[in-house]
Amino acid sequence: MPLIETRNLTQRRDGQTILKNINLRVERGEVYALIGPTGAGKTTLLRLIDILDTPADGKVFFNGVDVNSSDKIRLETRRRMAFVLQKPVVFNTSVYENIAYGLRWRGVDSRHIREGVEGILETVGLTMYKHRNARTLSGGEVQRVAIARAIAVRPEVLLLDEPTANLDPVSASKIEDLIAGIIKRETITVIMATHDMSQGQRLADRIGVLVNGEMVQSGDPREIFASPGNRQVAEFVGMENIIDGVVASSEGEVAAIDINGRIIEAVTEFDVGEAVSVCMRPEDITVALSRISSSARNSLDGKITWTVATGPLCRVEIDCGFPLVALVTRRSSEEMGLKKGKDVYATFKAVSIHVIRRH
Amino acid sequence: MTEIWNGLVKAVELIISFDPEVMQIAGRSLLIAVSSAVIGSAICIPLASIIHFNKFRGKRFLVSLIQTFYSVPTVAVGLFVFVFISSAGPLGGLGILFTPPAIVVGQVILITPILLGLTISALNSVDRTILDTARSLGAGGWQMAVLVVKEARFAVMAAVIMGFGRAISEVGISLMVGGNIRGFTRVITTAISLETSKGDIELAMALGIILIIIALVVNIVMNRIQQR
Repeated sequence: MPLIETRNLTQRRDGQTILKNINLRVERGEVYALIGPTGAGKTTLLRLIDILDTPADGKVFFNGVDVNSSDKIRLETRRRMAFVLQKPVVFNTSVYENIAYGLRWRGVDSRHIREGVEGILETVGLTMYKHRNARTLSGGEVQRVAIARAIAVRPEVLLLDEPTANLDPVSASKIEDLIAGIIKRETITVIMATHDMSQGQRLADRIGVLVNGEMVQSGDPREIFASPGNRQVAEFVGMENIIDGVVASSEGEVAAIDINGRIIEAVTEFDVGEAVSVCMRPEDITVALSRISSSARNSLDGKITWTVATGPLCRVEIDCGFPLVALVTRRSSEEMGLKKGKDVYATFKAVSIHVIRRH
Repeated sequence: MTEIWNGLVKAVELIISFDPEVMQIAGRSLLIAVSSAVIGSAICIPLASIIHFNKFRGKRFLVSLIQTFYSVPTVAVGLFVFVFISSAGPLGGLGILFTPPAIVVGQVILITPILLGLTISALNSVDRTILDTARSLGAGGWQMAVLVVKEARFAVMAAVIMGFGRAISEVGISLMVGGNIRGFTRVITTAISLETSKGDIELAMALGIILIIIALVVNIVMNRIQQR
């Protein structure tokens, strides 16, 4: 039996459906990441799981029990979970008191509260701020207090909503390390929302992709990253090249796909005549000044239409009869003299192409 | 003009020399107004929480009604209390007419709308995320109400001080249900009214100055609280 299960969970606001028929199963001890763009419904789903809102339709089950069956069950179930909100707020009191609140509300005696809070303060590195008013802390420190406050109650399920979204890179990295530490140390089930695909990959056992209130794909992080199920997921996981074409011929697992009269070969099981979209990551495309001999089955000539340097890499846009984006190192770009109007060859393997059905 | 100046000088002398009558009247006024503010708060803060945390039909109307009574005339409250506690009234058996408790009852009724209305506003001003955080941490109904009152404590304290200010400065209730009995129910406002009509400007002025000092202190405290 899954620890958390949602069945046809639907939420509406102002006449608009913001979450559609979500069927989610999260096992005990699992780390599940909900990823998706801003406004996809991640926070709405977490709020429904934490019973902060009532769904318009569908049910949430905690260990097989319908969480909305009575006020008593609602409170009892909520006390087995903890939720760190996207923009956490602290109570207008000391850091210590902030962390102690959840325990006090559960009727824990003062000795155990003191021991528990002291231990957690050490875990999150806030011992020196123990007596300080939590409202005077920085964004990263407030996030630490919020996480400390949540784990202090030893929840079976920890819900995290964009835990690093509002932080500078250094604080974000510290918070991510803290979460990773908690996941490793505690036997805890975690459901976290993030718009950062790579964070989901780093922390989660499983990922669900939410787009426009619908769960469009769910599975192993590597699988979602490598084989997005549709165009929306592909866009979200960083497939910058999504080009429409038609399967022209097929031989075994390798198919020839016609894109504006240019043929590229890809590994796919789609039938001849099917309208498809070809997805490629910019880093999988090699740029050369002449056709190179390699095992890659695709080498297309084209003209550079735009180059832009971003840090150590250079982004090159090539017109091969269709636009293609490639990433090369800045050094290679300088050595080859890559610039607008230059004729180049774009080379990529059939296996680095992911083909999805076009709707 | 000389009369006013002389009155002012004598009034200051009465205050500086801790004149027994002036101090007694001022002390009684403070005691009655503080009692009213404390009893009023004990009733109104939980009641405001109940109104704030519950959804019911006519809630907005009720809040508007409470706000309408902010400026209820003190003589109207005095008359209302008088009718109830006079010997022919339904609560006449209590025998509290023309006693300090009668003034407290009247003042509590007078400041209830202010305390209720301002406390509801104070609770409304608490960020919704605080409520979500408390619920997600497992707070039950009363635990959440206590937390929200704590979060709004400065605004709630400002409401209490406003109530105290209204109580200590009213004259209608003290006069009608207190009776302005010397040494028993005479408070600053009723004494000023009486002494002025008798022509004892010095005593009236001394009490007036004390009342203004109290108002000033209340104002300073309020400003300090609101700046936090």
